[in-house]
Amino acid sequence: MMPPEERLLRTTRRQFFRDCGVGLGSLALSSLLDERVLAGGSTSVARLPHHTPKARSIIYLFMNGAPSQLDLFDHKPTLARFNMQPCPEQYLKGERFAFIKGVPKLLGSPYKFARHGRSGAEISELLPHTAAIADDLAIVKTVRTDAFNHAPAELFLNTGLARIGRPSMGSWLTYGLGSECSDLPGFVVMLSGGGQPSGGHACWSSGFLPTQHQGVVFRSQGEPVLFVKNPAGMSGDTRRASLDALRDLNQQRLDLVGDPEIATRIASFEMAYRMQSSVPGLMDISDEPESTLQMYGVEPGKASFANNCLLARRLVERGVRFVQLYHRGWDSHGTGTDDDLVHSLPKLCRETDQASAALVTDLRRRGLLDNTLVIWGGEFGRTPMNEARAGSTYLGRDHHPRAFTMWFAGGGVRRGVTIGETDDLGYNVVRDPLHVHDLQATMLHLMGIDHKRLTYRFQGRDFRLTDVHGELFAPLLA
Amino acid sequence: MPAPADQPPARPVDPAPGTSQRAIQLLGRRCFPCHTGDTPEGRLRLDDEAGAVSGGRSGFPAVVPGNADESPLIQRVSSPEAARRMPPKGEPLEEAEIALLRSWVEQGAIYPDRAGGKHWHWAYRTPQPASPPEVRDNAWAHNDIDRFILARLDEAGLRPAPPADRSTLLRRVSLDLIGLPPTIAELDAFEQDRAPDAYEKVVERLLSSPHYGERWARVWLDLARYADTNGYQVDNRRSMWPYRDWVIAALNDDMPFDQFTIRQIAGDLLPGATVDDQIATGFLRNTMTNEEGGIDAEEFRVEAIIDRVNTIGTVWLGTTIACAQCHDHKFDPFTQRDYYRLFAFFNNDEPEFEVNTFGATPGGPMTTTSLRSQRREYERLQHEISDAEKTLVTPTPELAAAQAAWETDYQRTRPVWAPLPAAQVESLGGAALLALPDGSWQAAGLLPESDTYVCESAGPLAGLTALRLDVLTGGTGNVGRTSHGNFVLSDFWVDIAPPDGFCGPPAPVRLARGTEDYQQGAHYRNGETWPAAAALDGDPRSGWAVGPQAKLPHCAVFAAAAPIEVPAGGVLRVRLGQTYGHQHVIARFRLSSTTAPSPADSPPLSPALEEALARPATERSADEQQQLAAYYRRVAPLLDPLRVRLAELRANLAKLTVGSTLVMKTRPEPRETFVHVRGNFLDHGERVTPGVPAVLHELPAAERPDRLALGRWLVCPENALVARVTVNRYWEAFFGRGLVETVEDLGTQGDSPTHPELLDALALEFVRGGWSSKAIHRMIVLSATYQQAASFDPALRQRDPYNRLLASGPRFRLEAETIRDSALAASGLLTQRVGGPSVFPPQPDGVWTMIYSNDRWENSAGEDRYRRGLYTFWRRTAPYPSFVSFDAPSREVACARRPRTNTPLQALTTLNDPAFVEAAAALARRVIDEGGPETAARLALAFRLTVARRPTPMETERLTQLLESQRGYYERDAAAATALIASGMVGPPEPALPEVAAWTVVANVLLNLDEFITKS
Repeated sequence: MMPPEERLLRTTRRQFFRDCGVGLGSLALSSLLDERVLAGGSTSVARLPHHTPKARSIIYLFMNGAPSQLDLFDHKPTLARFNMQPCPEQYLKGERFAFIKGVPKLLGSPYKFARHGRSGAEISELLPHTAAIADDLAIVKTVRTDAFNHAPAELFLNTGLARIGRPSMGSWLTYGLGSECSDLPGFVVMLSGGGQPSGGHACWSSGFLPTQHQGVVFRSQGEPVLFVKNPAGMSGDTRRASLDALRDLNQQRLDLVGDPEIATRIASFEMAYRMQSSVPGLMDISDEPESTLQMYGVEPGKASFANNCLLARRLVERGVRFVQLYHRGWDSHGTGTDDDLVHSLPKLCRETDQASAALVTDLRRRGLLDNTLVIWGGEFGRTPMNEARAGSTYLGRDHHPRAFTMWFAGGGVRRGVTIGETDDLGYNVVRDPLHVHDLQATMLHLMGIDHKRLTYRFQGRDFRLTDVHGELFAPLLA
Repeated sequence: MPAPADQPPARPVDPAPGTSQRAIQLLGRRCFPCHTGDTPEGRLRLDDEAGAVSGGRSGFPAVVPGNADESPLIQRVSSPEAARRMPPKGEPLEEAEIALLRSWVEQGAIYPDRAGGKHWHWAYRTPQPASPPEVRDNAWAHNDIDRFILARLDEAGLRPAPPADRSTLLRRVSLDLIGLPPTIAELDAFEQDRAPDAYEKVVERLLSSPHYGERWARVWLDLARYADTNGYQVDNRRSMWPYRDWVIAALNDDMPFDQFTIRQIAGDLLPGATVDDQIATGFLRNTMTNEEGGIDAEEFRVEAIIDRVNTIGTVWLGTTIACAQCHDHKFDPFTQRDYYRLFAFFNNDEPEFEVNTFGATPGGPMTTTSLRSQRREYERLQHEISDAEKTLVTPTPELAAAQAAWETDYQRTRPVWAPLPAAQVESLGGAALLALPDGSWQAAGLLPESDTYVCESAGPLAGLTALRLDVLTGGTGNVGRTSHGNFVLSDFWVDIAPPDGFCGPPAPVRLARGTEDYQQGAHYRNGETWPAAAALDGDPRSGWAVGPQAKLPHCAVFAAAAPIEVPAGGVLRVRLGQTYGHQHVIARFRLSSTTAPSPADSPPLSPALEEALARPATERSADEQQQLAAYYRRVAPLLDPLRVRLAELRANLAKLTVGSTLVMKTRPEPRETFVHVRGNFLDHGERVTPGVPAVLHELPAAERPDRLALGRWLVCPENALVARVTVNRYWEAFFGRGLVETVEDLGTQGDSPTHPELLDALALEFVRGGWSSKAIHRMIVLSATYQQAASFDPALRQRDPYNRLLASGPRFRLEAETIRDSALAASGLLTQRVGGPSVFPPQPDGVWTMIYSNDRWENSAGEDRYRRGLYTFWRRTAPYPSFVSFDAPSREVACARRPRTNTPLQALTTLNDPAFVEAAAALARRVIDEGGPETAARLALAFRLTVARRPTPMETERLTQLLESQRGYYERDAAAATALIASGMVGPPEPALPEVAAWTVVANVLLNLDEFITKS
């Protein structure tokens, strides 16, 4: 039989983490003591990445609620020509909508489009800042999903299944690649626009993967990370003094008992201590020059999407693997001024456009864009038809899973291209569909992972982010 | 660690003996997936001797017994050419595996006897009794467990570790059996008891402790996926705690595991089923329920059944049967047909939710019960109340006569209601309110999520004794504007603005009572009631609602505490707060007032009945007559004494802790069951009847194939799996690793048992001993194996890094709940009360941000702050944060094994979570109060409370140093000391504040020791 050392070397990462509680040999100890060893795959324990990665980190700007692609990126003059004409029947046959009833009317965009940059990408007047970085972007107009309600669609995009319970993409990434940062979590989530996405915590859950891979929400109020602050009345000096005593006592126990898990515990406490100082340092943006704050549109002390974008850059600078920003509110049904195309959509664009573009620009200037993948998009798109729920006179569009737009920038994706084509109404994909599973496969690929080989055995079955689907989307790759 | 140069490297240890058995397991894992069945690859079957020897398409034998070199099987698995090498997929066989196959072939390629099962895999074959092996040191062994363990150690040339010292052992066995650390008295008693059976006495004490059931319920509830919410996106609350209490009681009573099983699968179907038998079926109702709008009810009914089948596969069969939902299991002998035959057992029950236009309303069969200790009183009160209620609705000649008199009188005595002269009416939510000729107002236009209607009436108004709100049907034919027509009047608020020119704020009008003609009642949803009085309670989440009678007009009357006087120039303002959300707003309403004395003592007559009453009796319909009689009985003076009595009984009932719990109920008409093609519930394949997997033992033919038959089948002695699966899980709980490591999967893809004979011996003993879990637990903790010290001797760990052979006692991190429980116990804060509804110990703001409801986490007060972790409210989408950090699952599906991670977020939790800081402050006070004046004595007490032993001189010195430096610091900074104690929230300021603060810092260190959160 295989000698134990060899067996240890062959241990999968899964067993490796599971076994953390019962004491491994010295190899495990050294690995856990330095996450970098684990991440870099310097031992045969970690067989990842599968190939040379194009990107080291991902910043995912999740526009939850589903932005209207027809008013932002997918310009359809035909829709304008047939504005307020009944939608042709062939589109409606057998189709289910969340709210539309009867025969809806087509709705041309109330906004102007123009071509931008050398690439000539068509972008709406609502996104002037995004338009200015058109040559950095790969705009895909043909993303497709399977779910047409918010929570299931958000879960589907994040976990590959439209139900709660599977690990999210950020968890898969940190599980597969580890973290490159010893004092911050590898997967960070930030929220703006009013509350969580509809899918809730499940959008960044580690599912059945070990819990250290779940997304850590940096909260915009109170402590950014739960329990990161010392209790009131406990100064930094007291904390350090108590941690020193704790370390000495744990060390004495380690010397006596010899359980390597104790050494891991000592390291965990030191890492926690580093987080206590690194998190406030990270969140404190007073060291950023005024010009940077202006570029993003950050108002110091005020929680906002812009603030989160700036923090996202600071996080990937520090080696955080996956940063996901949710901005809620894009659900432009048109039942009132709060959710229509005329009042609400421009407001959301103002809240996000400048900072999204500034993030890409800032990353590029700092040389980080080459190994950071930036993704922008919602969980589905919106209908070419006016929703007119209960006779509402506000302009709005219903949920539409068949075609919507996302953009990508940075690590390993083409620059200055618009990919894919929808039909004249923007209803269906005509060319180059990008299904959500393909998007997940492509994203993992850019991070150096073969999506078919990143698996985890749970309840007797090997699970993966893309389930049994997923093809690389070649038109996106540089 | 390298071996010393002059010695050969240590021999690897063979974890599973029996060459043939192991070779077959290996073939099963790597070769059988392709080389079995009717159409094997290359027409070669390897799963029986005939196939292996006669060979496949090539015509040559695959195996030549006795000659490995001549056997193509060996040549192909060891081929250096990738194209020739078998198996074609996955990693090549390891050298040791090839060596195993070689020696198997050399020894004759013997296929193990098929007796005892229909399948080659060990777990599907009946456990075989084996006499405990001979061992070198029989004196070491306490019982048979030790002989099996020691035999393997002998074989491997290893020696067991010495026994653990007394305090370590007492802490270990206390944490294992009751989930709590030993008290000082218990430590003293055990240390001083030199009787040879001192340990046995401790074990018996712990096994009969009421906390035993709590500790083991914790384990079972992960399997039962117990939670206090419905799951999915909406994740509203449900009441299930009586099921949890049932589990605790059953474990405390050592209910035999077969009975424990049958009751949870089919307690409701037992002859003469008791309330407890029904509650037990809550196991099956712990499935999630989707309440989202627009869902397909059938899809989620099917989802729940799938979860039941999968859970039974995990919990009782240790089988990943879930795979067979979509296709035949790739590796284990379960077909998709088997899967849907199991499914069919669960396809005949009442639905669990009602689907309507606004989503699904969860509910389904439930039963209501009290705390177990209050059962007798509860049943007596129930009985008396039901008798009184019956009397209350029984017509009698006396009542009929009194009603006739009342009817005549009514037109004369009824309060006269005059519409309030509304000067101005406004919707703060932005709806348009249109005046109608009958004095009512109809909402139109914008439909906000929430609204408040403000109605202003100019004075003078004199002597108003009550205000009446009529809700009338609006444009959609409903009284509310939601899609289903309901509304919630969350607040009814009245004040008087002084006349212009007078200063001062508006004067609120105190309202004494609210009554209504009709309220949405307990029968409708979740046992909540929605009376008009709830619009006066100041709670925006309660209120008056009328579902499902939204198509009828209703009225509510609010009586003023004192007659309302509005001076000339003053303004009476009535606010109709409707803040429940989700468009629960009133469609049309009218406000009126009366000056009649105390009209709200009796509920108002609905407008429809008032109209009926105005007609002569002969012109009323039978239905109207019946409703009038029913109304009269609500107000009849003749029944006043009975109503008083009923109110008393209800008040007594309200003092008890009562709750509902979800149960199973079979419906009269069975449903047909089909195989779902590719797992798609809409795609029906072959029709199937209830039945059990073909590879396992048969269902007794005489039984009617219902859930009860399935429950009995699961625990009949022929079941090869259930006893092994269960004792293996027990083993894992004590030793941190099962005899089969994959406790959730004993199938062909799971790990092989390290001690197969021991596993079988324990399984057989479990059944022989009448399925007593306590007997197995006793046997384990009394074994010498269990009582060993934890040893991390490098040479040993080199040989056996995972301690699979158990030459060492267990040492691993405690579970999430146990860590918190231990901190509470050490500090003296722990509430020992067993059972009852879930509690809400403090958690940080913002952890619960619910999208779909107004639900909020409100911290429990008093002793409920300090209950054991298993009582903490479990929201599936947002479990308690410190439990999540320590690897608690979400309980969406069954969890047989929690991972054990070791992360910085855990460190932050035990360092800074206010719950742990509070425990540290309480522990500080405790050692000051109870430890005497000396620092060393106090430290000794603190150590014994937390880690059950006394400190070493170095530890005393080190912590004394910390204590003194911190005492100095807090003496200089009293504000910091106050803040630290306050963050611990342990009561009034201390006289010796710096002392308590400094000790809190020390206690915080102790509660963070690796040793404290570890079972050693």
